[in-house]
Amino acid sequence: MNVINIKNISKIYQMGTVQVSALVDVSIKIDRNEYVAIMGPSGSGKSTLMNIIGCLDTPTSGLYEFNGVNVGEMADNDLATIRNKEIGFVFQTFNLLSRSDALHNVELPLIYAGIKRSERRELAEEALHHVKLGDRMHHKPNELSGGQRQRVAIARALVTKPSIILADEPTGNLDSKTGIEIMALFNELHQQGNTIILVTHEEDIAAYAHRIIRIRDGMVESDHFVENRHVPKILA
Amino acid sequence: MKLLDFGFELKEGLAISFQAIRANKMRSVLTTLGIIIGIVSVTLMGTAIEGLNRSFNENIQKLGADVLYVQKFPWFDGGDNWWKYRNRKDITVRQYRSIKDQATMLAAASPSSGRMATVKYLNHSIEGVMAVGSNQDYLAISGATMENGRFFSQAESDGGRPVVVLGYKVAGDLFPNETPIGKNVKVSNYTYRVVGVMAEQGNFLGWSLDNRVVIPMTNFMQRFFNRRHGIEIQVKVSDLKQIEDAKEELRGILRKVRNVKPGDEDDFAINQQELFIQTFNTIGGVIAGIGLFITALSLFVGAIGIMNIMFVSVTERTKEIGIRKAIGAKRLTILLQFLIEAAALALMGGVLGLMISYPLSLLLDQVLPTSMPISVVLIAIFISILVGVISGFLPANRASKMDPVDALRYE
Repeated sequence: MNVINIKNISKIYQMGTVQVSALVDVSIKIDRNEYVAIMGPSGSGKSTLMNIIGCLDTPTSGLYEFNGVNVGEMADNDLATIRNKEIGFVFQTFNLLSRSDALHNVELPLIYAGIKRSERRELAEEALHHVKLGDRMHHKPNELSGGQRQRVAIARALVTKPSIILADEPTGNLDSKTGIEIMALFNELHQQGNTIILVTHEEDIAAYAHRIIRIRDGMVESDHFVENRHVPKILA
Repeated sequence: MKLLDFGFELKEGLAISFQAIRANKMRSVLTTLGIIIGIVSVTLMGTAIEGLNRSFNENIQKLGADVLYVQKFPWFDGGDNWWKYRNRKDITVRQYRSIKDQATMLAAASPSSGRMATVKYLNHSIEGVMAVGSNQDYLAISGATMENGRFFSQAESDGGRPVVVLGYKVAGDLFPNETPIGKNVKVSNYTYRVVGVMAEQGNFLGWSLDNRVVIPMTNFMQRFFNRRHGIEIQVKVSDLKQIEDAKEELRGILRKVRNVKPGDEDDFAINQQELFIQTFNTIGGVIAGIGLFITALSLFVGAIGIMNIMFVSVTERTKEIGIRKAIGAKRLTILLQFLIEAAALALMGGVLGLMISYPLSLLLDQVLPTSMPISVVLIAIFISILVGVISGFLPANRASKMDPVDALRYE
């Protein structure tokens, strides 16, 4: 079954008196355990698409089914629940809470899910161990390197065991060596059965995915599987 | 929303807000200045009223509900008629005698006058002692009791004998190590023999009732009387229930003896405790009114301050709001978070206010015996939380309605 079934969705923004179409009649299906890269230059509409996939925004028209449930017309609170339980976000700028330590950042989605303290702590620690930050749990973001911060963000995305992990330019703020390490982590997560959607404008990064969807001018330009997939090799 | 969830939100909200307040200590304290002032004023007002009530309730009993005071001046009349009262005929000992002879509803009556004097015994000397002239009924009317010896008799009183009854403090100061009974003291250079000492009476409206001496009225009139101070007549009615009738009877006697023509208004005043109670309630009301006004004003200013800083805080933390929303915080969660923060901020102001006003209340206690009532403390805490919640609502509402996409994009 499709995790994501997007059918003929459009998104129109009202900018003053002008209407801007960010997405026009886009249809995409993504299956469980796929590793998809969404590519496109800036202004192509890929960010809008990502926001809609991530339930941060709703389409103006069209159908969006998430795990078979129509989320296109859901109210704010229900969307918040979907984001909390089904979607793990990884952002370019990490978006960690600067005043909280790594552990608390990872715990946050569990707090909003209403999970008991002891259980929450256990899950968060497990997620941090998973991204190999077991020894940095009580460090605040400004005491961590960029790569470590992104790992914390990934742990936060993983901790609720979501249906998809949605990563927006996850290596954009990292040097290339660290970027490769992060991509290796995504690869590993994919192998463990996670569904990963990667939004990027870099061909190199997109090449790690199994499938690339190219967006241009608010429309799907191409949608194909990658033949020569990059497999990230961690340089010692 | 489930109760369990609410507990989570509250706990998390508190944790976040303490973090936020700690991160902006100076700003937080300055913001709550209005609340601090408001809480200081409301608690001090509450404490002052508590003190007034307490001392009033203690004092009013010393005045005796069943005692009437015949004087030229009515108690608590505005200053406008001062000259009129001032120029009235004096109250005299002769009028006292008419009352004593004619009135039927009185248990006791005494003329009374007082003057500051210096009291000496050997090399001990006390200045500023109230020398009171009265008669043998003094004890019955004032409610005082004897500690030692006896009060002067009617014969001593009528005969104007140089005998004196000492107040508790005067006796203690002049005779630290010996019994005063039978000793001769000097009251403003006149020699008096001590016949008794009165028991401790405490204060009346800040005046020590123990720092006085009582001598026979006839003697007082000869040696100390000063027309400027005049005398008053104190009468104790035999039945409190008939105090109004007794007052009427008294009025009739006085009008006759003072030659007040029918139809003219009284040229004297009959005062009673009742007047004190009325006036006290008025004073208490005025204090409460002023206090409430200051409190309301400063709490209003405080509320605006908190609202302002919360708007700043919401804007500053737009990104944080976006992050929280992206990972699943609901509107209500964000709303609560900022409401709790505003309430915590205001509560901090309230607690700081209490920390300031508590020592001030101890200071107040030196003037007016009082203590800060626990109810006032609880009200102060409640008010500050309420102000926080009210003033935090608009900013919190704005935060909760932020679009997650826009908020995440904010730098």
